[in-house]
Amino acid sequence: MLEIKNLHAHVEGNDILRGIDLTVKPGEIHAIMGPNGSGKSTLSYVLAGKEDYEITEGSITYNGKDMLDLGADERAAAGMFLAFQYPIEIPGVATMTFLKTALNAQRRARGQEDLPTPEFMKLVKEKAKDLNVSPEMLRRPLNVGFSGGEKKRAEILQMALLEPSLCILDETDSGLDIDALRIVSEGVNKLRDPNRAMIVITHYQRLLNHIVPDHVHVLSRGKIVKSGGKELALELEENGYADFIDEEAA
Amino acid sequence: MAAVQETIDQVKAIDVDQYKYGFVTDIESELAPKGLNEDIIRFISEKKGEPEWMFQWRLDAFKRWQTMIEPSWARVSYPKIDFQELHYYAAPKKKEGLKSLDEVDPEILETYKKLGIPLAEQEILAGVAPENRVAVDAVFDSVSVATTFKEELAKAGVIFCPISEAIRDYPDLVKKYLGSVVPISDNYYATLNSAVFSDGSFVYVPEGVRCPMELSTYFRINEQNTGQFERTLIIADKGAYVSYLEGCTAPQRDENQLHAAVVELVALDDAEIKYSTVQNWYPGDSEGKGGIYNFVTKRGDCRGKNSKIAWTQVETGSAITWKYPSCILRGDNSVGEFYSIAISNGHQQIDSGTKMIHLGKNTSSRIISKGISAGVSENTYRGQVSAHRKATNARNFTQCDSLLIGDKCGAHTVPYIESKNATAVFEHEATTSKISDDQMFYCQARGLDEEEAVALIVNGFVRDVIQQLPMEFAVEAQKLIGISLEGSVG
Amino acid sequence: MNAEARVKETQAEASLIEQFSKLAKDQGGLAAETREKAFADFRSAGLPHRRVEEWHYTDLRAKMREAYAPAEGGRTPEVLPAPVDDGPVLRLFIVDGQYRADLGSSAMPEGVTVSSPREVEVKDSLFPSKDAVIDLNTAFCQGGVVVTVAPGTELTEAIEIVHLVTQPETASYSRNRIEIGAQASVLVIERFEGAASDAAYQTNAASEISVGDKARVNIIKLQDEAKAAQHLDSVSIKVGAEADVHHFTLNAGGDLSRTQMFVEFLGEEAKLGCRGISILGSKQHSDVTLFVDHAVPNCESRELYKSVIDEKARCVFQGKIVVRPDAQKTDGQMMVQSLLLSEEAEVNAKPELEIFADDVQCAHGSTTGDIDEDLLFYLRARGIPEADARKMLILAFLAEAVEETENDRVIALLESKVRALLGAEEYAE
Repeated sequence: MLEIKNLHAHVEGNDILRGIDLTVKPGEIHAIMGPNGSGKSTLSYVLAGKEDYEITEGSITYNGKDMLDLGADERAAAGMFLAFQYPIEIPGVATMTFLKTALNAQRRARGQEDLPTPEFMKLVKEKAKDLNVSPEMLRRPLNVGFSGGEKKRAEILQMALLEPSLCILDETDSGLDIDALRIVSEGVNKLRDPNRAMIVITHYQRLLNHIVPDHVHVLSRGKIVKSGGKELALELEENGYADFIDEEAA
Repeated sequence: MAAVQETIDQVKAIDVDQYKYGFVTDIESELAPKGLNEDIIRFISEKKGEPEWMFQWRLDAFKRWQTMIEPSWARVSYPKIDFQELHYYAAPKKKEGLKSLDEVDPEILETYKKLGIPLAEQEILAGVAPENRVAVDAVFDSVSVATTFKEELAKAGVIFCPISEAIRDYPDLVKKYLGSVVPISDNYYATLNSAVFSDGSFVYVPEGVRCPMELSTYFRINEQNTGQFERTLIIADKGAYVSYLEGCTAPQRDENQLHAAVVELVALDDAEIKYSTVQNWYPGDSEGKGGIYNFVTKRGDCRGKNSKIAWTQVETGSAITWKYPSCILRGDNSVGEFYSIAISNGHQQIDSGTKMIHLGKNTSSRIISKGISAGVSENTYRGQVSAHRKATNARNFTQCDSLLIGDKCGAHTVPYIESKNATAVFEHEATTSKISDDQMFYCQARGLDEEEAVALIVNGFVRDVIQQLPMEFAVEAQKLIGISLEGSVG
Repeated sequence: MNAEARVKETQAEASLIEQFSKLAKDQGGLAAETREKAFADFRSAGLPHRRVEEWHYTDLRAKMREAYAPAEGGRTPEVLPAPVDDGPVLRLFIVDGQYRADLGSSAMPEGVTVSSPREVEVKDSLFPSKDAVIDLNTAFCQGGVVVTVAPGTELTEAIEIVHLVTQPETASYSRNRIEIGAQASVLVIERFEGAASDAAYQTNAASEISVGDKARVNIIKLQDEAKAAQHLDSVSIKVGAEADVHHFTLNAGGDLSRTQMFVEFLGEEAKLGCRGISILGSKQHSDVTLFVDHAVPNCESRELYKSVIDEKARCVFQGKIVVRPDAQKTDGQMMVQSLLLSEEAEVNAKPELEIFADDVQCAHGSTTGDIDEDLLFYLRARGIPEADARKMLILAFLAEAVEETENDRVIALLESKVRALLGAEEYAE
């Protein structure tokens, strides 16, 4: 469903991604691990369509469609979802208004009718309850004054609501204590589905104890230097990234 | 509250007569006759042994000046200056064109020693690590009396000399850059300066050279009824770096003295100039009598790409200060900075700030201004930040804080924010407050006495700016702040 | 920066001189002498220009090419605009500069009186400083309305004052006075509209508002003049002790507009909120100039102005907070924020503080820039198309100014106006 071929990207003249190849099939969970500065977050932004990055080579196709020509909103409508490492605060936009606007925008893009408000309210309440998101939080402006854990839960709530076919989780575990991590992981696991794929980007193995991947890739200096099964993550936990970085340098 | 009241009383009682640089050097001077006309301009030009083109330049300025009107928009008030009652040239009566320090009048050497500025290189060398050395150009009334470390600087290719010497020895550089940042007709005082400037410093740092030591000029007005009109020109060629310090004092006199300087900085591609000033002209006595009128035009031109100019100023002296060190951010990616501490006490009036003119792409500027008003003084920050059409991605951050000590003074903030480019992002913040009773109480509860507490809080207030000063200056500046607010600060 | 000799009269100035000579000076409730004095003051200074500090960014001498002759009275508009919201309302109409009792609400509730200005009102003008535009208003004053609200009156109806212009290429000069008694509670909605949307005309209005002790007042100004109109409005507000005053300006219309406000605190413990939104496009030039005088201790003022500037529009904000020597414990906070949406838009902001008392908390801030790209990306990453995402962010940017008015009717009214102006009706909650 997702095919990344020889992807090169740079920002302000620096090459960040230097030839990424990755194929993701429906139902699969791929973990992408790597040290700081390896290009993990860049990969997630490039997939979601952030304009600061210039794609110099390669391609991203999703369900057979070329993604590079599409804007971020069109990719979202196509079913891609990025859970941000640092969710953005938007004062003045109520969380509820935002959710409704986003959901209906995607529905419209897919040729569906807007969801009537009562149904929408019901849906949000249901999903919010699972993720321990209080009605009070939904009334506040988007992400404003949310704690780190609240922001991550709100991201997963959006994911649950928008029902994407590809979820990209960028360092979703960062800044979470163990209880928050459990709630967030449960929320994610609930969304596991034979028709839905996930890319879990993380520095540490601990998230992968909760969200168990099918494939693990090691990213270093903008390239995938090793791929394997979930045992690769444990290996990394034990030996660190040094081996891979050294290999690169040699 | 009682403690604070007491502090206010003490500040009120401050005798500005404590100015410790107020002594007069008793030497014979050669003065131009009072008044200003073409003959005086020729007199100055001849005294300096200038070429004809320089005289014509001055004359052009003088003609323009006669058509101009003294500006009145600043928030300062003073009796009308009679420009015909001033001497436009005063020099210690000794030989011209000094070759070595041995020829400098011992009285003058003594003066600088008293001011804490040793001019003999061996004195400077004693006990100072080489990297901390400072080369000094000493300007006494209208002439430069000594420049130290010239030879060592010459080895690095750096030219550091009185501007009168540069006009004779490096006419091409002077012709190319003089008036290129502050044009002859820029403003009333700059034009006057262009006509009658007597001396000042000239610095040229060639391509790729990092100036091996701090350069410094020390200005001293000694003579009565004179105006001091120095002119400084600093050029950092491609990739060059120079840090320049300026200090100034004047004797205590009952009359007001005029100081109308012009400073021009030019930074070419990848060059950086740091210009620091500790301005401690005589501020007048506690009744507001006497003191220097400091009407100064300082401007830096970031002419080349990736160039940087940083102004840091500690303004404690002068009866009136009218001064806006500015940056023209012409080169793409150039950076302008302005850090200022302006302290007014007694009857002082300050109207000072900066202009950051964004012309090039990706230019950025930063303004940190700290004003402290005490006594019956008036302290105004006036600053302009503008982005022109082509200044894509221009950035400015301005932080402008005022502290009031006592309820008879004024603190004013007048920013002009002008943007013609959507990608320009400007942020401006300003606050005005007094030292809070809570802060005072907290410090005192930790055992500080009242003066120490005020000193601590004021030092904290100005810290961002002090940090920008070169080490030696930072210490001096901190002491100066203490003295300026004496009575409330230990 | 240098003073400049008086240059020769502009065409507009010459027209004004001509018009004044022909003016019937004993009408409109003003003595000829008052008019003559004001016009003499105007003539000595001329139209304000960029060398006049208060008018630096709005060079009226250059912008006011022509001065239209005062409009004739007595015309009745074909259609009267409907009230701005569904709430209870008392309607007052000022047509072509004159109060038209025949068009508005026929009866006033107890405690409210309405009349036309009398000589005395203009003579003891509440405007603190000399200003050429106010002088012109006095010299040419055609009428206006005087509204008084008796002490203690808690008015459930909003007082809506609608200024209408029926004739293109005319000028209207109205002088209005609103006196709100102690402990009264009032909402005033002032609207400026032209009959035809493309008519060129000039409005010069002046309002003097006095707020009694402990009164609670909300004043909403909706500036919706025709696209080619020039709008000059001078407002003076005197705030009594412990009063609570909110003023809001919504600037949307006019080719050139200037709202100049002079607010003075007369008694302690009063609170003032001056806020506004400007939504500008084409070649509009809009200026809000605010002068807040903390003349007495213990008062609080909040100023918040937001502007969204598109195409070749230019927005000017000047705000000056003055804290007088004895006005201790003043709390003054001013913020001005602008979004520039196009390459050719322009903003000039001058938020000033002038402080003579030491025990104060005063601050001002200003931000200028484009829509934050990170916010835009976040919204788009959730599937919201760019154009909608931009509208959402603009609404969010403006929302703060509206919400701070803390009055449900005002918030609802302003929100719907703003949404309509931005074509973003669908974001109603």
